[in-house]
Amino acid sequence: MRKEFRDSINTALHNPNLTGALGRFSEAYRISREKAYEGIDFEAVRTQIAERKGYAASHLDELAERFTLQAEARGAKVFRTDDPAKVREYILALAQQNGVKSVVKSKSMASEEIHLNPYLEKAGIEVRETDLGEWIVQLAKQTPSHMVMPAIHMTKEEVADVFSQEVEAGQMPDIPKLVKFARGKLRTKFLSAGMGITGANIAVAETGSLVIITNEGNARLVTTLPKIHVAIVGIEKLMSDFADVVPVLTALPRSATAQLLTSYVSIISGPVPNTDGTPKQLHIILMDNRRTEMSLDPKFKQALQCIRCASCLNVCPVFRLVGGHVFGKIYTGGIGTILTAWFDALKSSDEIQGLCIQCGNCIQFCPGKIDIPGLILELRRRLAVEKGQTVAQKAIFSVVNNRKLFHSMLRTASLAQKPLAKDGFIRHLPFFLSDMTEFRSLPAIAEVPFRDKFKQIAQPTQKEKAAFYSGCLIDFAYPEMGEAVVKILNKAGIEVIFPEGQTCCGAPARYSGAYEVAAQNASDNINALLEQEVKYVISACPTCTVALKHDFISNFESLGRMDSLHRARELAAKVVDFSTLVKKLVDEGRLTFKEGQQLGKVTYHDSCHLKRTLNVSQQPRQLLTKAGYEISEMYESDMCCGMGGSYSLKLPEISAPILERKLKNIKETGAPLVVMDCPGCVMQIRGGMDKDGAEIKVEHTAQRLAEELE
Amino acid sequence: MDAIFDTFKLRAEAVSAEVHRFPHKKATLNFIVHYLQEAGVADSPQSYAVWADCPFLRGVNKDLLSERVPGLSFDVTRARAADSKVGISQLDWAMANTGSLIQDACPVDRRLVSTLPSIHIAIVETNRLLPDMPAVFSKIRPEQTNYISFITGPSRTADIERVLTIGVHGPEKLIIVFVDDMAGVN
Repeated sequence: MRKEFRDSINTALHNPNLTGALGRFSEAYRISREKAYEGIDFEAVRTQIAERKGYAASHLDELAERFTLQAEARGAKVFRTDDPAKVREYILALAQQNGVKSVVKSKSMASEEIHLNPYLEKAGIEVRETDLGEWIVQLAKQTPSHMVMPAIHMTKEEVADVFSQEVEAGQMPDIPKLVKFARGKLRTKFLSAGMGITGANIAVAETGSLVIITNEGNARLVTTLPKIHVAIVGIEKLMSDFADVVPVLTALPRSATAQLLTSYVSIISGPVPNTDGTPKQLHIILMDNRRTEMSLDPKFKQALQCIRCASCLNVCPVFRLVGGHVFGKIYTGGIGTILTAWFDALKSSDEIQGLCIQCGNCIQFCPGKIDIPGLILELRRRLAVEKGQTVAQKAIFSVVNNRKLFHSMLRTASLAQKPLAKDGFIRHLPFFLSDMTEFRSLPAIAEVPFRDKFKQIAQPTQKEKAAFYSGCLIDFAYPEMGEAVVKILNKAGIEVIFPEGQTCCGAPARYSGAYEVAAQNASDNINALLEQEVKYVISACPTCTVALKHDFISNFESLGRMDSLHRARELAAKVVDFSTLVKKLVDEGRLTFKEGQQLGKVTYHDSCHLKRTLNVSQQPRQLLTKAGYEISEMYESDMCCGMGGSYSLKLPEISAPILERKLKNIKETGAPLVVMDCPGCVMQIRGGMDKDGAEIKVEHTAQRLAEELE
Repeated sequence: MDAIFDTFKLRAEAVSAEVHRFPHKKATLNFIVHYLQEAGVADSPQSYAVWADCPFLRGVNKDLLSERVPGLSFDVTRARAADSKVGISQLDWAMANTGSLIQDACPVDRRLVSTLPSIHIAIVETNRLLPDMPAVFSKIRPEQTNYISFITGPSRTADIERVLTIGVHGPEKLIIVFVDDMAGVN
C-alpha cells in the first residue's frame, strides 16, 4: 500500500466534518429509506430491475441500434462511440460550429468520467456545473466525494468561503442564503448559455426517450433554455421498453435519497421547441468506454445493472468513515471501485479494492441485485493473477497451509509472547506490530490447541457422527469453544470426530485474491472431511462455514476445475453452522434447556457471514431466549465489527473506529453480556472490550449455551 | 375520488406543496386572482405573472383577468417568464401515491412558467387523479410528445450539510389547485 494512499485514508479519518456528516447520514439513511419503501415490495422491485437491466446488458448492441433508430426518427442526432476522446471532440466541434461560448451542465457522471470540463475550458469555453453540490465542488476545484451528494464533505463555512473566494466576496455561512446566492448566480448562466449538457438516468430503446431525474430543477432549465441539448449517456443506461422505467423510477429516488419521487423527472423523446420557436438541436451521445467489454465478462456483466443510487456507499461501514475522496476517481464506494477498474483501468482499483471489508451489507440494499463484494473479490483475484503473489504472501500461505509447521510456529510464538500475555490477552506488541494491539487486545495463543485437547475428551460411541471443522481461531486461540460444541453434540447423542487432515479454510488466501492457494486448501479439506462417513460437518465459525459450503465450489468454478465440483458439493450438503444445527436438535427434542431459568439481559451481535451469506439470524436469538435470556437488541446489530479477517491487520486505522461504534452500541443496551456466533468477532469485540475496560462479557453462542443445557 | 384526493394531498404536502380543491372554475379563478394579488404580483419586472395557455382558460375573459391583476400576462416569452414571480399552468395528470403532477411539457411556455418564476400554480382536473405510477405510465405517450414532466413538490436541495432547502433553480413554492368541474365559464 503506497504511503499516499494510507495518508489519504488518515486525512479522511481525521476530518471530523466528513466522518461526522457521513456517519449521521448513514444512520438517518437506513431509517428514512425504510420509510420510503413502506408499502413497496423491495424484493419484487429489485428482481424486476435486475431482470430488465440484465436483459439490457445482454443486448446492448441491439438496444443501442433500436434507440438510435427511434431517436433519429424523432429528430435527434445520435452519436455512438467507444472512445472517450471522440466524445470530447464531438462536443467541442459542435460548440465551435455553433459559436457556443458557455455551457451549462446538469449532473452527468459520464461527462466526469471522460474529464469533459477541463477539455472544453482549455478550448476557451466556459463550463458551469449547475447541480448545487457539483457547482460547489467545481468552484473548490475538488472532485465529488459522494455519487449523489457531491459536497457532503464540506461545511457551510467552507461553502461560504468557496463562494466568497471564487464568485463574490462576503458570503455568510447561512444555508438558505447560500442556496439563494447560487440560484441568482446560476440563473444568469442558464439564460446566457449556448449549450446544455445532461446525462440520463435511463435511455429507452423502444421510444428513443431519455429519462432525467433531478431535485433542484436544473436539468429542466438546462434542457429548456440553451438552443443545443447534448445528452451524454453511458450505454448501460439503455433499457428495452418504456415500461422498464417504472421499477427504476420506483427504486432510484427511494434508495438514493429516501424520496418517494424526486422533485422532477423529465422524459425527453425528441427535439422540443426553443423559446424563440426554433426547434432545439438534440444530440445524444451513446458512450461505450468498455461497457460492452464489461457486458461480455461473465462475472462483471451484472455490474451494468447498477442504477447509480449510491446505497452501497450509504450502508458501507468503511465508506461512512473515509468518504469518497480516498477512491481517487469519479466513481466512489463499492460500486465505484468496480466501475473504476473498468472505466479507468484495473490497476486503478489496486489499492481501493482493499477498502472493502467484505461484510456484504450492501448486497441486501442494492436495487440492481449486484454482488458488489463478490465482484471486488474478483478484482482482487485478477490483480493477484496480474501481479503475482509477493514473497511475503507466499511465505505466509505456505506456513498457514502446513498445519504442522503452523502449529510449531504458533506454539513458539505463544511461548515467546508469554511475557506480553496476561490473563489470556496480548495488550502490547513491540515495534511495527503495535498497530495490531493499539485498539484491541489480541488473544493469547492457547498452550494446547484444540486438535490436541480433542484427543483427551472422552466421548461415548454413537451411531450418529458429526465431523467438527475447527478453523484456525478455535484450534489455536479458543479451544474452549470447540470443547463446548463437542459437549453440546454429545448431549444430543452425536459423536464428534475431528479429521486430522483439516487445514485452513482458504478464506485468507481467497480474500487476498490467491485463488490457487485457496483451491488447494479446499481440496485438502474436502479429502479430510469426507474421509469418514458422517451425517454433519459442523463449524462454529461462520467464515469457515461459508468457505466449506459456498466458497470451495465457487473457487473451483473460477479456476475452471469442474472435475472437483462433485466432491465440493458433496461436502457442502453436509456442512451446517453451529446455531442452525443446535436449533434443529432443540426443536427435535434432542436437546433441552435447564428449566425455568431467568438469566437476565443479553445482546446479540450478527456476524456478517452468518447473517448475510448463511441467512442465519433468528436461530441463535431463539436459542438464547429458550435458555432463559432476555434479548436486548443493540443498534445496528448486523453492522460489521471491523474484524474482516486480516482486514484489521492491514487497515487497523479503519478497523478501530468501526469497532468503536460496535462497542458503543453494545454498551448502550445495558446488557452485561454480548453473544455472537463467530470466533473472529469474539476476538475483535472481546479485545476491544478489554482495552475499553467495560465490564461486559463477550462470548461465543456455543460456550454460552453449553452451560445452560440439561 | 375523495380517498385518492386525500392520499394525494397527504403526499404532496409531505413534500412541501400546497394543495387546494374547488368545485368549479369560478371558485378556482377567484382563488388564483386573490392569490396573485396577495403575492404582490404587479406590473413591474420581477413581479409579473405568466399564465401558459391551457384548457382551463377556454372561455375565460383574459383581458378582464389582466385588468383585475396588473402584471398578469398570457403571452409567455422567455424574458417575461424570467421577470415573473408567479407562473400558472395546467397539468394533465396527478399521481396520488407520490403527490406528483404530470404534464405534456413539449410547448415551451409550459416549461417556462413552471421553471423560472419562484411560485408555480398548477391547475389540475380532479378526475385526472390516478393512483400510482403504473396507472400514469398507461396514460402517458412518449411517442406522441417529446417532453413529459413529472413535478413533485417545489425545487429542493440538501447539498449543503444535508439540510433540506426549498427553492434552488426551480420554484420555491408549488400551489396545486384541483378543479372538480371544468365546465362553465367565468
